[in-house]
Amino acid sequence: MIGKYAVRFTALGYLAVILVAPVSIIFWRAFEHGLGPFWAAISNPYAVHALKLTVMVTIVVVPLNTAFGIACGIAIVRHRMPGMGLVNAIVDLPMALSPVVVGLALYLLYGRDGWFGGWLFAHNIRVLFAFPAILLATLFVSLPFVVREVVPVLREIGIDQEEAAATLGSSAFTTFRKITLPSIRWAVAYGVVLTTARALGEFGAVAIVSGGIAGQTQTLTQYVQASYENFDLTGAYAASVVLAGLAITTLFLMTMLRPKEERSGNRDA
Amino acid sequence: MAIETRSVTKRFGDFVALDDVSIKVESDSLTALLGPSGSGKSTLLRVIAGLETPDSGDVFISGKEATAVKPQKRGVGFVFQHYAPFKHMTVRENVAFALKIRRRPKAEIRARVDELLELVQLSGLGGRYPAQLSGGQRQRMALARALAPEPDVLLLDEPFGALDARVRKELRVWLRRLHEETHTTTILVTHDQEEAMEVADEVVLMARGRVEQVGPPRELYEAPANEFVMNFVGPVTRVGDAYVRPHDIEILLSPEGADSEAMVERIVHLGFEVRVELVDTDGEELSVQLTRDAATELELARGDVVWVRTRSSRVFA
Repeated sequence: MIGKYAVRFTALGYLAVILVAPVSIIFWRAFEHGLGPFWAAISNPYAVHALKLTVMVTIVVVPLNTAFGIACGIAIVRHRMPGMGLVNAIVDLPMALSPVVVGLALYLLYGRDGWFGGWLFAHNIRVLFAFPAILLATLFVSLPFVVREVVPVLREIGIDQEEAAATLGSSAFTTFRKITLPSIRWAVAYGVVLTTARALGEFGAVAIVSGGIAGQTQTLTQYVQASYENFDLTGAYAASVVLAGLAITTLFLMTMLRPKEERSGNRDA
Repeated sequence: MAIETRSVTKRFGDFVALDDVSIKVESDSLTALLGPSGSGKSTLLRVIAGLETPDSGDVFISGKEATAVKPQKRGVGFVFQHYAPFKHMTVRENVAFALKIRRRPKAEIRARVDELLELVQLSGLGGRYPAQLSGGQRQRMALARALAPEPDVLLLDEPFGALDARVRKELRVWLRRLHEETHTTTILVTHDQEEAMEVADEVVLMARGRVEQVGPPRELYEAPANEFVMNFVGPVTRVGDAYVRPHDIEILLSPEGADSEAMVERIVHLGFEVRVELVDTDGEELSVQLTRDAATELELARGDVVWVRTRSSRVFA
């Protein structure tokens, strides 16, 4: 009995100290003086712009990396081609690489003296210190999540159901839509949550390539840092709360979707 | 001719799964592809379904060349060993799948699914998910799903392989009856000779990627083409160079008309059947099958000296 409680206490205690305490203090500090200062901080035009920019980047990144993740997962698991092992390893690169290194790499590639940079500058296309760079950095760092969630599930379900669908007359596309996709939907959903969270929270890579110009190329995480450095603590806390709130909402929406989907699964043929 | 394969060969790396296999399957028949594991029987079935592409050779379905036709267009129903249920769909949705993708009218789908569920005795379970069914029920659902688009040919890959012995026996009888009702040309893959004998009109016995013998079950049993067939389709005991079925040996209590002398070593009671294990004067063991009544009449006991006579035996070159 004592052993059981010891394990629980340790697990919960660890969670409280490492996770719950830092998140709670942010919320507490943001609302310390009531809703008024919080609202004032968050409706500041720079904050609003940063929020819009972050949401915009996320809205573009998540569908792109989800579509890529599903396609790449299927390629890795279903197509026994030479080189697939390498693809599988490369997909993990963003996990292993520090975002700062990613930012630097993009800088070298798209900077005035970079491989693509010269041509882009010659044609007056702005990538660095503009929306495209923020997008590229965020795409890079949030790329592996859907792939990593989808691959093990695809392996586990095997090809039996897909073969069965084929013998029943189902085209490759119909099989994908009606058999493969529903079988991996929770893996995809979880991958989307992780991708969204990563896209919202990205800081290191974006910090190097965005320029962080307030009201122009400043994302919400950068706004938090800028506010903090300017001793605008309320602003920093408030923006942090918005970031945390967005992440929590994403998680919540995904869990909400689940039982609804399963209920509709009971409908008659 | 419903199905024909001509000189079909299929390799997986160095392993030759099918080596120049030609078979013919009559319309409306129930044919068993019988053989030990690795004999190529499942591969042949998958080649017929279009799930594997042969390295060489041709496949004909309903008289038409089908070698290059996709599985979707072959008009075959396939039942997998592990059922391959669509886990995220109910029993009804599984059975309706082939009809839905063909965009049949809703009322027609509903009627057809009802009819099929009735046929496979799952009428009350349409709303369940595959995970909520027993193995036998899942297998019947898979059958109903395969039958839904009214395939010309039904292919069953070890359909009862993963079920326990009692359910297997029930399903065998049921499958035979289903075939008599639907008259769909059916090929069944099995490694169980008893299953093949009981269910099929015609048996194709395979070993190491080749066809060893084709014929009705009785012919394979009574006139095996070679040693392998004789050994595979029933129990065998050896008397010198000859192969004898254990029920073709008679035990006599006197030397008159006997071939040789032997001693009773063990008596095994298996219900209706009694197995007597003997050792002859050369020290060779042989096994004899008797009915319970015949054994009672002989009043055999361990250590008794008896005489044996062989009714029929076969010698293979």
